[in-house]
Amino acid sequence: MAQQLCHRTRSLLRLSAIVSSSSASSSLIPLSDSIIPRQQQQRAGFAADALTVDVPVPFKAHKCDAPSLSVETSAQELLSFFKTMFTMRRMEIAADSLYKSKFIRGFCHLYDGQEAVCVGMEASLNQKDCIITAYRDHCIHLGRGGTLLEVFSELMGRKDGCSLGKGGSMHMYNKKGGFFGGNGIVGAQTPLGAGLAFAQKYLKVDGVTLTMYGDGAANQGQLFEAMNIAALWSLPVIFVCENNHYGMGTAEWRSAKSPEYYKRGDYVPGMKVDGMDCLAVKQAVKYAKEQALKNGPFVLEFDTYRYHGHSMSDPGSTYRTRDEISGVRQERDPIERIRKLLLSLEIASVSDLKTLEKEAKSEVDEALAKAKESPQPDTSELFSHIWVKGYGAEAYGADRKEVVVKLP
Amino acid sequence: MAMARQALAATAVTTGNVVPLAASSSSRFPRLQLVTPIVSHELGRCRLATRSSATSYFGTAPQNRGTTNVTTNAVATKEASTSSATTTGGHELLLFEALREGLEEELDRDPTVCVIGEDVGHYGGSYKVTKGFVEKFGDWRLLDTPICENSFTGMAIGAAMTGLRPVIEGMNMGFLLLAYNQIANNCGMLHYTSGGQFTIPVVIRGPGGVGRQLGAEHSQRLESYFQSVPGLQMVACSTPYNAKGLMKAAIRSENPVILFEHVLLYNLKEKIPDEEYTCCLEEAELVRPGEDITILTYSRMRYHVTQAAKTLVNKGYDPEIIDIRSLKPFDMYTIGQSVKKTHRVLIVEECMRTGGIGASLRAAIMENFFDDLDAPIGCLSSQDVPTPYSGPLEELTVVQPPQIVAAVEQLCSRE
Repeated sequence: MAQQLCHRTRSLLRLSAIVSSSSASSSLIPLSDSIIPRQQQQRAGFAADALTVDVPVPFKAHKCDAPSLSVETSAQELLSFFKTMFTMRRMEIAADSLYKSKFIRGFCHLYDGQEAVCVGMEASLNQKDCIITAYRDHCIHLGRGGTLLEVFSELMGRKDGCSLGKGGSMHMYNKKGGFFGGNGIVGAQTPLGAGLAFAQKYLKVDGVTLTMYGDGAANQGQLFEAMNIAALWSLPVIFVCENNHYGMGTAEWRSAKSPEYYKRGDYVPGMKVDGMDCLAVKQAVKYAKEQALKNGPFVLEFDTYRYHGHSMSDPGSTYRTRDEISGVRQERDPIERIRKLLLSLEIASVSDLKTLEKEAKSEVDEALAKAKESPQPDTSELFSHIWVKGYGAEAYGADRKEVVVKLP
Repeated sequence: MAMARQALAATAVTTGNVVPLAASSSSRFPRLQLVTPIVSHELGRCRLATRSSATSYFGTAPQNRGTTNVTTNAVATKEASTSSATTTGGHELLLFEALREGLEEELDRDPTVCVIGEDVGHYGGSYKVTKGFVEKFGDWRLLDTPICENSFTGMAIGAAMTGLRPVIEGMNMGFLLLAYNQIANNCGMLHYTSGGQFTIPVVIRGPGGVGRQLGAEHSQRLESYFQSVPGLQMVACSTPYNAKGLMKAAIRSENPVILFEHVLLYNLKEKIPDEEYTCCLEEAELVRPGEDITILTYSRMRYHVTQAAKTLVNKGYDPEIIDIRSLKPFDMYTIGQSVKKTHRVLIVEECMRTGGIGASLRAAIMENFFDDLDAPIGCLSSQDVPTPYSGPLEELTVVQPPQIVAAVEQLCSRE
């Protein structure tokens, strides 16, 4: 067992080494080849900060052609990636200390390490697209237009939470932003996602649904059922597997006969992407969206990593070594990658980035303080939203004179 | 208040709008307009009935309910044509045809209604409830699914989150056990856990109950399994009239509704009104008024009870029979009024004894009407056994009319 763990750590570190060395080289040499120098841009009338970056780790494609490794982006976009990911990181760390000081109870699943997936996805999506995911949803809620105050309040069960304090960490939803949760049961969100895509096709909405799940959920039967019906009816759904290599305490090689999750759709085309690289994620989602709108379902596997344990109740070190965690943090951290990129492209200086970081920190602290002051929900909220006020669904007392349950 | 609400809802409906969804609907999913305007009294089957003197008792609004002007046989039959409020003759059909009529009217009325299930499209429905629909409405609205209850139920719930109104058909209610997680965790809870952001206006329907020697796994009664899931509404239809009315009301309701049909009742014949009507989802139906004892029942057992009632009447008893129809929430008003009148209760159900609908109903009646009772509440349910294949044994698992007669005699003889 220990031997296999060591083997696992070694192979992950080897992968990190490849990635970091190639990214180190590619962030200097190929980039300088492919970046259009600033003066030339301005002369040629390009957008002042548009540029192209080469993504180091190649895409692995299954029954489709991989897109190009040159990603179009802009200085502004890269800066926003940095700021957003940093904010998300601070938010998750704040949630960690809230949990330890018992402001957050129950289960709290943190997303730090995986921010690139969420932020990269949003760069290729728009208002018409829908996202549904499982319980590691705080950052995705933020990415879809939620506010820090909503997230912190919901985590602490207060009135200002996005679900009025009644959902908690695992049940965050944002209807306006097109975020459909926030689901507690592993894998149960995959048929729901197929349903969202069904509605998009039925109502002729020009959008896709991203149904996210993890490597643990990839072994659920309902996922394969959902893939079958999505492929049968060409539903515009992208099945996104966030492969962080551990299903709670069980490593992927111990739970899946075939850990090539992007191939498990069989007749559904798929692609494996380095999930710690924002730009690779952006490119992959852009490509997958085009495919999904034309041909039906697509599977994306993002190779990512979580620094925390499965949840706050899990130390995260009994099934993996601390070396592995710190190794990934040093070699593949998504925020550090963007930082290096920004510095090497001279889009921002060290002090600029420090300012952004400070801004993010203060936003998070402010929201946290406000959330702590938010009141607990009213007692009447216990009974509200059980039923929608439809055709007279009220629960009266026996005499129908005394209303025991009031519906809004 | 209930009247006002129904009036409001009726007005909303007559102007041709879809029943209003939450105000904060985004432009993400376009709202489809209704195609046909509604006849103004389509909800008023309930209200029409209260105004005319020769009333049918079922479906009246609570405030106008009284103990006067009640016909002795509230089920519309050929003999009772004068008691119904129909101006035209009405038309006769079988229960599955009534379900089909209700479903067709709703599919016509609202383009967001669709049917999802196994063999609902090209095959026409395993019990012919959707026969001929796919030619009229298309493959996309009568969706033939592969055999994957868990995921197609989940898919329908996901679609409902965006504003579509799917009707999920389980070929047999028992198969929906495979979708239990989706129904309990997602369908029932999403409105609550999202703080009211999403509504799930699905209808889950299908035949259940003990049939003719179908075997244990095809004779399931799921009402007991779903009754404690918060957020679900459950109704059981028993006549062509209430089948059509409940189907329509369930589709229009913003709540997830489980409509329990019975596999042996599909060929019941009855005359139903020509004009459009719905039944109230939360109300019970008075089948026969009486003075001596209140018999509460639903679905197929209603017919065993009415058969037993003939024997009882000959023996000099006067039972009041109520078809509770709404299994969740119970219509405690109608039930309470009856208990206060007769002081004795017998529940006759097809559920298992342990944890069945009768068990909950007994507790609710005892809690609310203990002082009005002269005898313990009787409850006749099916035996706690898997339904055997053998004919005589299967007959023994369900409640039969002689048992009902004996139970009534026993309850009425107590002082």
